[in-house]
Formats: sequence, structure tokens, C-alpha cells
Amino acid sequence: MKYSGYHGRFGGAFIPEILVPTFDELEAAYLEAKADPAFWQEYEQLMSTYSCRATPITYAENLTKYFGGAQIYIKREDLNHTGAHKANNVMGQGLLTKRMGKKRVIAETGAGQHGVATATMAAKFGFDCTIYMGAVDVARQRPNVFWMEQMGATVVAVEDGSATLKDAINEAFRDWVTNMDDTHYVLGTACGPYPFPDMVSWLQSIIGKEAREQMLERTGQLPSRCYACVGGGSNAMGLFGGFFEDESVQLVGVEAGGHGRGIGQHAVRLAYDDATVGVAQGYKTYFLQNTDGQMQETHSVSAGLDYVGVSPILAALHESKRVRFEAATDAEVVEAMQLTVRKEGLIPALETSHGFAQAFKEAPEMSKDEIILINQSGRADKDIFTVADAIDDPKWKEFIIRKAEEYKRA
Amino acid sequence: MLKSYIRARRQQKDLLLMTHIVLGYPNFDDSLRVVEQMVEAGVDLMELQIPFSEPMADGPVILHANAEAIKAGATVDKSLEIAEQITRRFDIPFLFMTYFNILYARGVDKFVDEMKSIGIQGAIVPDLPPEEGEEYLAAMKRNALSPIHIYTPNTPDARMRQLSDQSDGFIYTVARKGVTGKDTQFSDELGDYLARCRASTDLPLALGFGVKSKADMDFIRGHADIAVVGSETIRVMEREGVEAVKGFIQTLVA
Ligand SMILES: Cc1ncc(COP(=O)(O)O)c(C=O)c1O
Repeated sequence: MKYSGYHGRFGGAFIPEILVPTFDELEAAYLEAKADPAFWQEYEQLMSTYSCRATPITYAENLTKYFGGAQIYIKREDLNHTGAHKANNVMGQGLLTKRMGKKRVIAETGAGQHGVATATMAAKFGFDCTIYMGAVDVARQRPNVFWMEQMGATVVAVEDGSATLKDAINEAFRDWVTNMDDTHYVLGTACGPYPFPDMVSWLQSIIGKEAREQMLERTGQLPSRCYACVGGGSNAMGLFGGFFEDESVQLVGVEAGGHGRGIGQHAVRLAYDDATVGVAQGYKTYFLQNTDGQMQETHSVSAGLDYVGVSPILAALHESKRVRFEAATDAEVVEAMQLTVRKEGLIPALETSHGFAQAFKEAPEMSKDEIILINQSGRADKDIFTVADAIDDPKWKEFIIRKAEEYKRA
Repeated sequence: MLKSYIRARRQQKDLLLMTHIVLGYPNFDDSLRVVEQMVEAGVDLMELQIPFSEPMADGPVILHANAEAIKAGATVDKSLEIAEQITRRFDIPFLFMTYFNILYARGVDKFVDEMKSIGIQGAIVPDLPPEEGEEYLAAMKRNALSPIHIYTPNTPDARMRQLSDQSDGFIYTVARKGVTGKDTQFSDELGDYLARCRASTDLPLALGFGVKSKADMDFIRGHADIAVVGSETIRVMEREGVEAVKGFIQTLVA
């Protein structure tokens, strides 16, 4: 490859020898597309006709009044086709796949959002598609599995390891080392070996570019703080990308605090000091691992944040202190989500709601002249089972029991 | 030195055999017993894999062995301890196979120095291309240990030569795309690829991935110096027990 892909001491490309020519090809395609204004034009055109770009900014008037502090604005990535920012990255990589002349795509997925987005793209572009998903996630995100299969994708439940996102990534790599000649691996977040972190962040930067312009147009000022949840880090990199040059804008990444501190209880790589620097899944970053370097169990109510590593670019921004990292616990997240649903009629995904939870902690202490911007990375349709469980909704349970009985009789 | 050992041994035999085990699978006592069986059956050198939780380049059999070993309590300390016992007791060269994070977590220099002091002669680290391996390669050199790199059917000639320059002992050529433990077609095409490997390095060639029978060994003879058997011995052990490993190896080298 032309570049090493390091950000500070993080990143790199720790890839098996068999993939070296594949990464050379991918980097070349990425650098060429990045240097070609026609690519970005085609990408924007596609996203404005197939998805819902530019996604709007919503002023959350009721939440603003409720907290009585900073004015709260929300970037509506949930209005993308398939309901999350994942569509941006996927459609962009779909265009690259076409450029490289490949006919098949594979992807890992945690929450299933990235899997659904990839299956959609494959259906539209006529690619064969296989999605790897941890068996634990298949169990908790059935609606997304259903749609992937409807779109013609093969969904493989991965039983190895902790049967979550990291194991799905390993399995996707095992497919890729076999089928690289006709297959592109559409990695779903700003992680993995270079050029993925850079390429995914570039494609997601469409969020921040739009948001900065929209904020200036709507409010005549820049937000003083931007919030985004951080799983692998792609929606955060996307939003923050619009504001890196604006020193007055604080950037806040919010990780999954799960049940709270203590390894195994959460998926917090940067905000707590449970993670250490290591190399896995092809890149160097902070991982939740033991002293031997074995990856440890993680926990989050949201499948999409339940991951041992984090974008090497965010790890570098953490060290340079350009981005501040915080954690929100499962309980705080469910509460923030319910409040947002009730007050604004918006339905942030559980992943997304981590950003909301942290913003809600800080907004009341800020002045009314200040503005904050939260990235609503996705909507919670997929989370209906998990949320219904979390709030213990009796009518939902009744419905499911009745439905199950119907199926049993049939 | 590994290279001279291989060369000398090749004077006596037209094909050497390298086998592989995952340390601590199913437990450390059995690891020792399997090594004993393999050495007695006439294996020429061995890879000892230190288990890792994310063995990205391994197929289902070795992946499962890694996970079970860790579950059963295999740590890096214990792996090094057992490796030292092995190198003391058995008079063939032993190599480590593991993923880079195992070295990185311990400190690359420290890990490599320990390799030297416990009598390990080289290492295969499949997720560490030489571009990322500066510290590792320097430490290996300082300790006169053999860093072994991998050739694949996708590797261009120029890169083969670069990899050869960074390697010592031998080159590990994989017979096909994919991960360990799947079937391989031993065909003329493979012969062409091995000829290309041979032309790009002066080091001995080992051929692995999917080798599991005497017929495979017969094909490899003349194309490579060393045949590598990995997943198949784990399958034999899982199916028929530790005691069956010796008999299986004997059928390969007969
Ligand atoms: C709605 C939503 N937000 C956020 C994430 C986390 O990913 P990232 O950190 O790459 O944005 C996911 C992942 O599945 C998601 O579905």
C-alpha cells in the first residue's frame, strides 16, 4: 500500500499475507475515488435519490425547554433508507465495489443495521451477499435478520468466541481470505486494517459536512458541543469530521457503559481505563483485553456498541484530547430514549440513545445561548423487542404470547 | 540454525514433516503427550501454537482448539513453561505460531528474548506482515531466531523476493486461498505455483494447508522440502484420542 494508515500510534494494517494484493487494490480504488470529484458527485446523487440526503436537522424544542439549558438540535441520520447512518458507508463502498469490478459483497453486523444496509445495496446493485452475525445478535435482532433474508442475503450465525460483533468480523475475514478475487468486504465501521478506518470515515463525513452548513444556516452559529455514540466509531467520525477545524466546538463521543465499571460489564474502551493498546482484527487500538492480550467479554444493551475495539482514529483523537469520551449506562440510555420518544416523538436507536443520555447530563448546566448537536445515528424499530423488555411492557408481552400461540396452532 | 538443520536433514530424506499443535488443547498434559507421539513417529520439526482469542487466519478446527484451550485456562505464561519443557525433552526444532497481539501484550522484545531462552528456534506470526514487523524482526535477528513468512498463490514474484529477504529458516507456502483445515486439490496448478515459490527464494519451502494423507505427501515430494500437517492431527486426536496420533503420523511418513 502507498500509506501505512497510522493515526498517532494507532491504526496500521496487520493483515494476513494472502490479502496483501487485495488491500493494495482497495487502497488504490479508495485513493482514486477520493481524488475524483465525480465519485463524490455520484455518491451524493445516489444518496439524495435512494436514501434521504441531505438529512434534516431537527430543533428539539420540548427537550430544550425540559432541561432549561443549551438549545438541543438533532441530526437526523435515522431518516436514511434502512434507518441508520450505516447506509452512507455502504452505498459508498457499493460504488467502489462496482469500480473494482467485484460481484459479491460480505459484511459483519452487530445490531443488524449494517447488515440490512449491505443487503439493500447488494439487492440494488445486483451483488451476491453474505452477512456474518454473532449468534447472540441474531437472537436479539431478529427483525433485521428477517429483512436481510428477504433481500436475498445469506445470513450466517457465528457461534464462535463471544458470538457477537468481533466474532462476525473474524468470520468475514475468513470468507474474504478465500474469496477475495470476486468479493469485497464491506466493513461497517471506522475500524479494521487501513484503509477501512480512513475510507469509512471519509464516506461518513457527509454527515458532518451537511450538519455544519445546516447549523450555520439555521442558527447562524456553530454548536458548542457535538455528541455521538461510539461503537466502532463511524457515525461519530462522520459527524465530528465536519467540525475538526472548528476549535470552539467540543466533540463528545459516548461509549456503552453497560452495567457500569469493571471489565466484562461494559464496552468502554476510551472513557474508562479498563482497555489497553493491542493489535487485533487487523489494527492497533485500545482493546478490552486481559494482560495476555486475549479479548474479553463486553456488555451493552445495544448490540451495535457491544465491541472490544474502537476506531484507531478516535483513539488518536482521544490521546490528542480533540475528542472527549464519556460513557452512558444501559439504564441511563433506556431512560434517555423514553424521554426523547415522549417529548419529541423521535425514536432514537439504543446505540444512538447513548449520545442523547450524555447530552442530557450536560445540557442543563449550559447557557441558553449555547447550542448542542446530537447525532441521531439510527431509529429504534429494530430494537422493539429489547426496548419492550427493558421497560417491561405488559401489552407487548400479551401480543407476543398471542402471536406465538397462533404460530403453534398453525 | 534452522536452515542448516533442514538442509542436513534433507540430505537423508526427500521430504520432511512439520506438525502443529495448539498448546493447552485439550490440556497441557495432553499437549506434551501429543508432542512425544509425534517425535517418536519421526516428525522433523514442530509448530507450537500459543492460543489467541481472535485467530483470524485459522479455520474451524484450530479456531475451536484455540477457544477451548483458553477456556481451559491456557495462559501465555503456562504456554511458555510447557514449551520450555518440550524443547528440553525433545531433540527437534520447535517454532512458535501465534498472533501478534500475544507478542505485543508481553512486549515484543521481551517475548522474543524469552523464546530464545526457552529454546524455541523461530516463529510464524500470520497477522504480522514485515511492514508492521520492524521491532519483531530486529529482535529475532538480535537473538539469531528465524522469522518465517508466508507465500500464497496471490503473492506476486516481487513480493515473494521481499518476503524472502526478511525471512530465515524456511518459507511457509500455503497451498491455496482460505483458512487452515479445508481440503486442498493437489494439482498441476499447485506444482506451477511451487515452482514460482522455488524460483524466488534460496530458503527451503514448507507447504501447508489441507495436507492430510500419504497421497498428499507423495504429491508434495519433489515440489517442497517440508510438508506441514495441522488440522488433521487435531481431528485424529479428537476422534480417536491422543494415542492415535503416532499411528497417524506413521502412515504419513511410511
Ligand atoms: C444506529 C446505530 N448507531 C451506531 C452504531 C455504532 O456504530 P458506529 O460507532 O460505527 O457508528 C450502530 C451499529 O450497529 C447503529 O446501528
